[in-house]
Amino acid sequence: MSELIQKHGQHIKLPEGSIEKQTTTLNLGPTHPATHGVFQNILEVDGERIVSAEQTVGYIHRAFEKIAERRPLYQITPLTDRLNYCSSPINNMGWHMTCEKLLGVKTPKRVDYLRVIIMELARIADHLICNSIVGVDTGAFTGFLYVMQYRELIYEIYEEICGSRLTTNIGRIGGFERNFTNTAFEKLERFLREYPGVLKEFEGLFQRNRIFMERTIGSGAISAERALNYGFTGPNLRAAGVDYDVRVHTPYSSYEDFNFEIPVGSTGDNYDRWLVRNAEMWQSLNIIEQAYQKVQEFKGAEAEVYHADVPEYYLPEKKDVYTKMEALIWHFKIIMGEIDMPKGEVYHSVEGANGELGFYLISDGGRAPYRLHFRRPCFIYYQAYSELTKGAMLSDAIITMSSLNLIAGELDA
Amino acid sequence: MSMTNEYIQERLVNQFGEAISNIEAPYGMFSFEVPKEMNLKVMQFLFDDDQLKFRFLTDICAVHYPDDKGRELAVVYHLHNLEDNVRIRMKVFTDINQPDVFTATSLFSTANWMERETYDFYGVNFVGHPNLKRILNVDEMDYFPLRKEFPLEDQTRIDKDDEMFGRGGSIR
Repeated sequence: MSELIQKHGQHIKLPEGSIEKQTTTLNLGPTHPATHGVFQNILEVDGERIVSAEQTVGYIHRAFEKIAERRPLYQITPLTDRLNYCSSPINNMGWHMTCEKLLGVKTPKRVDYLRVIIMELARIADHLICNSIVGVDTGAFTGFLYVMQYRELIYEIYEEICGSRLTTNIGRIGGFERNFTNTAFEKLERFLREYPGVLKEFEGLFQRNRIFMERTIGSGAISAERALNYGFTGPNLRAAGVDYDVRVHTPYSSYEDFNFEIPVGSTGDNYDRWLVRNAEMWQSLNIIEQAYQKVQEFKGAEAEVYHADVPEYYLPEKKDVYTKMEALIWHFKIIMGEIDMPKGEVYHSVEGANGELGFYLISDGGRAPYRLHFRRPCFIYYQAYSELTKGAMLSDAIITMSSLNLIAGELDA
Repeated sequence: MSMTNEYIQERLVNQFGEAISNIEAPYGMFSFEVPKEMNLKVMQFLFDDDQLKFRFLTDICAVHYPDDKGRELAVVYHLHNLEDNVRIRMKVFTDINQPDVFTATSLFSTANWMERETYDFYGVNFVGHPNLKRILNVDEMDYFPLRKEFPLEDQTRIDKDDEMFGRGGSIR
């Protein structure tokens, strides 16, 4: 504290013997529009400069791990929806892939490609919200307003596939609930046709914008070494210059069949994080196009495949459940978890929109997991927040928070 | 060079001998157990060794096995070698009456909140942790909610019990 005063000079001369403190304690949050949810930061500020920060979390802690210990596999999917709700399809599929790994289910290629399409759409939806919110926090509302209709279009695609939009509950163990309709593919084509132009314009609004650059360059920076030590993954780690990506290093869902680059930054500051997310949206578009082409190559009976042939785990179709006794019985058995799970321990991770999302599942042969632990990337980023904001201005702290893409649902699982 | 599970096992056993036990590889991930006094020593070795290079801590969590007397709580570490892209799982078992385990915060900054979470849910006392207090739950809580003796459901309910989930239990 005293060296800060020496450095910046004391502007107000306090009367002799004054007991007034030099710093102010400021509660930023828990429910403040700039905190994107419920995060409390107890900041010690000297003027507008942050001397120290302490984060308090737990305001929406919903005990997912405890609840999961009493639920059969399918009933855990809605819990994963609510982790990072900006990209819930990725969480769903990560969870289903964990189950498939435990149960030894092999999915057909077409399912893998359809999953890749959905996951990359989710990544775009997540990144475009994050990047446009960083814009809003620097005072630029236009971009946010402008790209929102394309998130809407992505949600319409989800809706066409599973019937819901935000917390999608999309997919099944072994594949999808139903085949993609023609409308879904038409909407996807429209997205692929229109989004590149929109993204280009969105980029033009920010990337070389003087105000945006001055607000973000150099603030909230972290070195590659510290980022690794803090357990950073995803765009936040890549912005610091480490090209670690689960999709490339441990490919799942046939990611090895696609050509794409891993965008990396160099300084790890807010601007680099923005650039990395932006570049990732281009890569995701590229992956979706490749996957869509591959999907179109399936002809005849193969083009109808949308799930693996695992009647023990794959829920029967709804219309059969209503009309056929056998299907009704299987539906009941699967929902109640009467199919024995093998014993074992599985760790499976996917590249969530915000970093490595891991599922550690211990099964004791019961119907519910004995223990389920989520590795939530937001939880891991947020502990670096006090280091990232130390010595920064209060306004930088806000941008740092939004550019880390903290989602309260994933933080407090 | 591709690092195999056998190679990791050989290096670990050469270095620590009998201390490495319960070696297995469920679903391909090399996992082993060490005595709780040695968790830091082994992690430091895995970190420093210029062949093994497990320098990324993916995850820490705990598991409660109430029937396993003297080793009720397991702390599970997932470590990752980013260069060769190999993951391993290290386990430490501890008595629930004296759940003292050395903290990994000196090695990994990321262990800080993960250990706080583990303490919050299971009561594992991480010796040497700089700020070991509850993180997701309220400070006034005097129990550790993810232990198995605190079932999720209301104890007076009779429609749901463990038998429904394939592990014994009884309807009261």
